[in-house]
Amino acid sequence: MILQVQDVTKRFGGLQALTEVTFDLPEGQILGLIGPNGAGKTTLFNVINGVYAPNRGKVIFRGEDITGLPSYEVARRGMARAHQVVRPLTELTVRENVMVGACFGREGHSLGLAARKADEALAQVGLVERADQPSGNLNVAQKKRLELARALAARPYLLLLDEVLAGLNPSEITPMMETIRSIRDEGITILMIEHVMQAIMSISDRIIVLDYGQLIAAGKPEEVANNPLVIEAYLGDPDMTARLMAE
Amino acid sequence: MKFWRQTGFWLPLVLVFLWGGAVLVLRQDTIRETAFTVLMFMALASSLNILLGYTGYVSFGHIVFFGLGGYTGFYLLSEQGWPLYLAAVGGGALSGLIALLVGLAVLRLRGAYFALATIGINEAARAFVSNFGPFGGATGMFVNFSAYEKYGGAGQALWTTFTFLWITTLVVLVVSYLVKHSRFGLGLQAIREDEDAAMVMGVHAPRAKTITYVISAFFPGIIGTLYFFKNGNVEPGDAFQLHMSIEMLVMVMLGGMGTVLGPMVGATAYQGLRGYLLTSPIFKDLHLAVAGLILLLIILFVPAGAVGWVRGRIPALRKVLE
Amino acid sequence: MFSQLASSLTDGLLLGFVYGVAAMGLTLIWGVMSVINLAHGPVIALGMFATYLMFTLLGVNPYLALVPVAFFGLLMGFVIYGVAVHRVINAPHLSSLLATFAVNMIIIGLGTAIFSTSPQNIDFPLGSLEIGFLTIPVTRLLATAGAVLFTAALYLFLYFTRTGKAVRAVANNRRAAELMGIPSSLVLALSFGLGTMLAAVAGGLIATFFPFTILSGGPYELKSFVICVLGGLGNPLGALLGGLILGGLEGLIPTFMPVSWVPVVEFGLFVLVLLVKPSGLLGAK
Repeated sequence: MILQVQDVTKRFGGLQALTEVTFDLPEGQILGLIGPNGAGKTTLFNVINGVYAPNRGKVIFRGEDITGLPSYEVARRGMARAHQVVRPLTELTVRENVMVGACFGREGHSLGLAARKADEALAQVGLVERADQPSGNLNVAQKKRLELARALAARPYLLLLDEVLAGLNPSEITPMMETIRSIRDEGITILMIEHVMQAIMSISDRIIVLDYGQLIAAGKPEEVANNPLVIEAYLGDPDMTARLMAE
Repeated sequence: MKFWRQTGFWLPLVLVFLWGGAVLVLRQDTIRETAFTVLMFMALASSLNILLGYTGYVSFGHIVFFGLGGYTGFYLLSEQGWPLYLAAVGGGALSGLIALLVGLAVLRLRGAYFALATIGINEAARAFVSNFGPFGGATGMFVNFSAYEKYGGAGQALWTTFTFLWITTLVVLVVSYLVKHSRFGLGLQAIREDEDAAMVMGVHAPRAKTITYVISAFFPGIIGTLYFFKNGNVEPGDAFQLHMSIEMLVMVMLGGMGTVLGPMVGATAYQGLRGYLLTSPIFKDLHLAVAGLILLLIILFVPAGAVGWVRGRIPALRKVLE
Repeated sequence: MFSQLASSLTDGLLLGFVYGVAAMGLTLIWGVMSVINLAHGPVIALGMFATYLMFTLLGVNPYLALVPVAFFGLLMGFVIYGVAVHRVINAPHLSSLLATFAVNMIIIGLGTAIFSTSPQNIDFPLGSLEIGFLTIPVTRLLATAGAVLFTAALYLFLYFTRTGKAVRAVANNRRAAELMGIPSSLVLALSFGLGTMLAAVAGGLIATFFPFTILSGGPYELKSFVICVLGGLGNPLGALLGGLILGGLEGLIPTFMPVSWVPVVEFGLFVLVLLVKPSGLLGAK
């Protein structure tokens, strides 16, 4: 198991954001994390990569207990993350942005080597021809790719993707999904939050469902899609299964 | 892409080197005094820019390091008989040490809270030094004239001080460039844009910020020692002027924050403008108001500063104007 | 010993009310738009001079003069907001800090040219009141009354008028307030004006018992920072409490140590509160 989350509980004041969340993630898989808005998905990411310390429970990454470590320590151990709200370093070029990932990620490269690693990562996400442009000039889809390249350049063992498909139009989603598959095929394990249902159902090896901070279902995509608890969580929409499986 | 092959690295250094060298050759007291003030603000603004421009932390009371370092250096020099060079470095070291201790606590604050805390630290330091016996309390200290003897009399000592300031300014500019173009500096710029995201990418933000704070406090300590040695006395009112602190910010902003050349340009322009306004018969009485008006116009309409503006307009110059 | 302590504490607390008014102006502006107004000190000084000019040139009773001075402060705020602050309201903090500092330079520059920097004072003695062993100058008492009056008026305005509620809504969440149809630019300008109005009034009150120059606002601006942080930045009621704490400290400290240690304690406390409890002594954890 590359990642084990055990009994993780997180409260903000009186708000119970996560309640005893437990799951395992085997190496080399894509695990989808879904749930209605406000279910605690991003909070779970924040606990896993050290932005927040949980009130209770453990996060074990590659056999090491990383609970409560600050996020930069977690990053150096080989966990990278692409954020939902993309905020590139607008003063810097696209390449320099990605170099931050290469310099401070798991391998901690020097500047010179980081530039080469950055170009590799940019090639992988198909952004290499923009390398010398200021990152402020990119459109939404390109910024999402930049965010992905930044995470990849860290050469992580585990990649956390927070809604990288959100805001993309259908013609942009397909190539992005191919990019994600190619990352998995390199041996990088992926945990991803996604609202685009067809996409996550088709790409994930397994799926876990969060609702009101609790894990209500886990399993293969088709099992989860037919789980009555999950259907109920999504506003009790009876047609959802049909829509999900239509692909 | 070694740094010593970059025009952007050499340009500010050559300018300052030639100018300071010319002053030394001309050897006129009035020119030296003007040059001293401009070089001093260049070095101060550049030091501040290492923190402000690269990490985005607004140190509003940065002058505290000029004051504390200057006081310490002055004390070592005039009361303990240290040579100027050592005393100045001692002043810088003390400023750096204080920045280390204060920074560990204060750098947890963000945005305006950090800015306010630095104002508080400066005022607390001023009030403390005014009551601190060994530093002469509210009256401050005066140079023991024998201290000038070592440098061949008071006149020669002023030239020595100027030369030392000139070298310090060159060192600050080198450090500023190297920080900006290092792996460390890349991490700082990531912090400036989005500190939380930078930490998620692996940047050890608390450590990086503290180191930067120490660097940007070290040089003002040296400069403070030189300045007060040149003046022959030091007192709390001169050492901890919040107004001077804000002037440093203004210079960084005028020239363009986050650039190596910007604070240089800003300091020169600001001092030049002030000199003109103070001597001009029309603006003499209104120099502060006119300076304020110009500052306001720049903040409202050219927020990137002079160097930033040119870099934005003419991308070809980006490699030259660092 | 006790009577001396009591009288210096009373002195300090009475002054604290006036500090509180000045600080309330600063904290109101911060609370509504997250701007630290570095022109606060000069506006306080302008309040002093406005009161002084009305008194010496027109012979207006300085306490009655506070009403026109308040309007003048409000107007100043509109102008400063419109000229200097509005364009940088969404820019990084440094921009609004320097923009308001530029206004500070302009006011001080013009003020120095017009009024010079020799000290002025309002010669309007009212004698002292003796209560038991306490001797309190009447000017201080009236200043305190004025401070309380303005605080009460601000409170009533913010909590019981439509416009006041709009100010609080914008302070709470500007975007949500805009979505609900509140014209946020107008509310921001008004809040800024209220902030400078309080500064001008505080200046007018101070001018009735201390001599002043155009530079006199500076120390009160610094005190306002300390007070705002003690009471919690953005919390007007906290500012009044902070003002009383600061005034009380200024009254008490000199009985235990030399007066020159007062600022050491004040600013030390300021930094400490920022570090330990940045939401202020009243604020939630």
